[in-house]
Amino acid sequence: MTSLPAGLTRERGLQLLREMLRIRQFESRCAELYSAGSIRGFMHLYDGEEAIAVGVMQVLGPQDAIVSTYREHGHAIARGIAMGPLMAELFGKRTGCSGGRGGSMHIFDARTRFYGGNAIVGGGLPLAVGLALAEKMQQRPGVAACFFGEGAAAEGEFHESLNLAALWRLPVLFLCENNLYAMGTALARSEAETDIHVKAASYGLRSAAVDGMDVFAVEDAVRVAAEHARTGAGPAFLELRTYRFRAHSMFDAQLYRDKAEIEQWQKRGPLITLTTQLKATGLMTEDDYQRLLREADAEVAEAVAFAEESAWEPVEDLLRHVYAEAPPS
Amino acid sequence: MTLNTAATRITYREAVKQAIREALLADPRTFLMGEDVGKYGGCFAVSKGLLAEFGEERIRDTPLSESGFVGAGIGAAMGGMRPIVEIMTVNFSLLAADQIVNTAATVCHMSGGQFAVPVVIRMATGAGRQLAAQHSHSLEAWYAHVPGLRVVVPATIDDARGMLRAALASPDPVLIFEPASLYNMEGELTEASGRADLSTARVHRAGRDVSLITYGASLWRCAAAADELVAAGVDAEIIDLRTLRPLDDATILDSVRRTRRAVIVDEGWRSGGISAEIAMRIVEQGFYDLDAPIARVCTEEVPLPYPKHLEDAALPNPARIVATVQRMFAHAD
Repeated sequence: MTSLPAGLTRERGLQLLREMLRIRQFESRCAELYSAGSIRGFMHLYDGEEAIAVGVMQVLGPQDAIVSTYREHGHAIARGIAMGPLMAELFGKRTGCSGGRGGSMHIFDARTRFYGGNAIVGGGLPLAVGLALAEKMQQRPGVAACFFGEGAAAEGEFHESLNLAALWRLPVLFLCENNLYAMGTALARSEAETDIHVKAASYGLRSAAVDGMDVFAVEDAVRVAAEHARTGAGPAFLELRTYRFRAHSMFDAQLYRDKAEIEQWQKRGPLITLTTQLKATGLMTEDDYQRLLREADAEVAEAVAFAEESAWEPVEDLLRHVYAEAPPS
Repeated sequence: MTLNTAATRITYREAVKQAIREALLADPRTFLMGEDVGKYGGCFAVSKGLLAEFGEERIRDTPLSESGFVGAGIGAAMGGMRPIVEIMTVNFSLLAADQIVNTAATVCHMSGGQFAVPVVIRMATGAGRQLAAQHSHSLEAWYAHVPGLRVVVPATIDDARGMLRAALASPDPVLIFEPASLYNMEGELTEASGRADLSTARVHRAGRDVSLITYGASLWRCAAAADELVAAGVDAEIIDLRTLRPLDDATILDSVRRTRRAVIVDEGWRSGGISAEIAMRIVEQGFYDLDAPIARVCTEEVPLPYPKHLEDAALPNPARIVATVQRMFAHAD
């Protein structure tokens, strides 16, 4: 277990744990609601990967754009999308952050520049390149942060995007969440070069591997990478090594991996690690922890109530939003 | 095809270029990107000279990464720019089909209307230059299948300029298909180009006896056929569809109700093509106005062959159109 950074304050430690707990508790409830039938479609949980979303979002500001994947509840919560509209989206209600049209895989939020969960593996990367191009051409200071899984490294769009971003020195943060499995296919069964950051480096961009289970390591690495991109030095690539504790989606019997492997990774899960460390160093008491848990659960309960009480979009509106109703600004 | 000899006589290629140039001058958010659009001057020479005038920032040569740079155009549009993305041919656009169909067409809807995608994607389409089976197809109907896209095919000098202008003013993703065989076509640029829209068909030639419903390069095949039909005593009306999504049902049906006969001429293949869609709309809305079964002249069901005589035989041509119309009247009694 890595140790806490020197000089970490109690306030900061609790804040990071709170953010990760909010995601974990939100999704635990999502799993129950899925079983109960309130949430349908495909749903992919982020359990085990929370340190990445939280670490990344400590660094990004309101000027930055986010492109995400279908496993994006954690990114959305850490980005500051309110849980109520997020849960309502999972329910498919009109009060959802995408108006109910997207569901779990397609979270959008213009206010926080959250450009969607993209459910085509690799499909979000070119989009992020374009958002970064728009920043650069309009001489704005934003970076485009793009999440994707290691499975995307096998897609052509991965390679086309890295090349284009590096060629044009665009402010893109490529954030590869390497959880070792592309659905059920282990990395070594699909890639000859399993060090994704090595592959990325060949495109002439800044590239590094990071312990994605350590929120502090993630934050530090993203800070350096974002600074690199923001100051015009071109894109940066981070391979964030992590593990998902739950199944790929709600339909996955997990025949492709051993329970022992899951248990090994769970021992160094991001929440249990930080919780243990904060307690061991006296920065947090058990009471503090219980309070954080209660607060997160209360926020989730409120979000569920909001989603349940929200109205369905009337069927008469079915054909709305196929084309833009107002010219974009 | 040839019009007056006025001062504004230009080629289709020049008309497209003029529209791009006007857009670049008028809106700092507009830029052009694609393969060989800069140093090379465009594979069909549409953008020749623009790099020297506007510089590398706004005339961007891209790697051979259709999905990458089309997706980047979509992202840039969502980020506040007004990109014009050029794909060399519709066949190559299939490498970017993910970005066009899964992203450009869906983002507005999936985001509940929060994000629009005001990107313009231009590409060459069609056959006629012996480029064989990977550079000659007419796949625009595939894209016309997809809600969320606007699909247009300018066939005239006015539309070559005017529809690009209208596309840039649209908040939606617009695909412009430029028939490659028309780039050298000369004609007069008129004031009508300033009034082009993205939703209406146009009566290209008024007639009483049969409606030839077509678009793109086939417009001129129909025009030649209509001239021949005059000698046979048939007065053909020609509808230039201009847009494949949306289809302008009103203009199509208005014409068919007057002529009571419809021949659809489409450079796409017949099976599952846009001609079937148009025919079905006529049946749904105008069946009892018809005096004869609807007929179609499409490209033969074969990947386009290289030799000229076989390519010619595969494509719609005036002789096939004339013969189809004459058969229609032969059966009239």
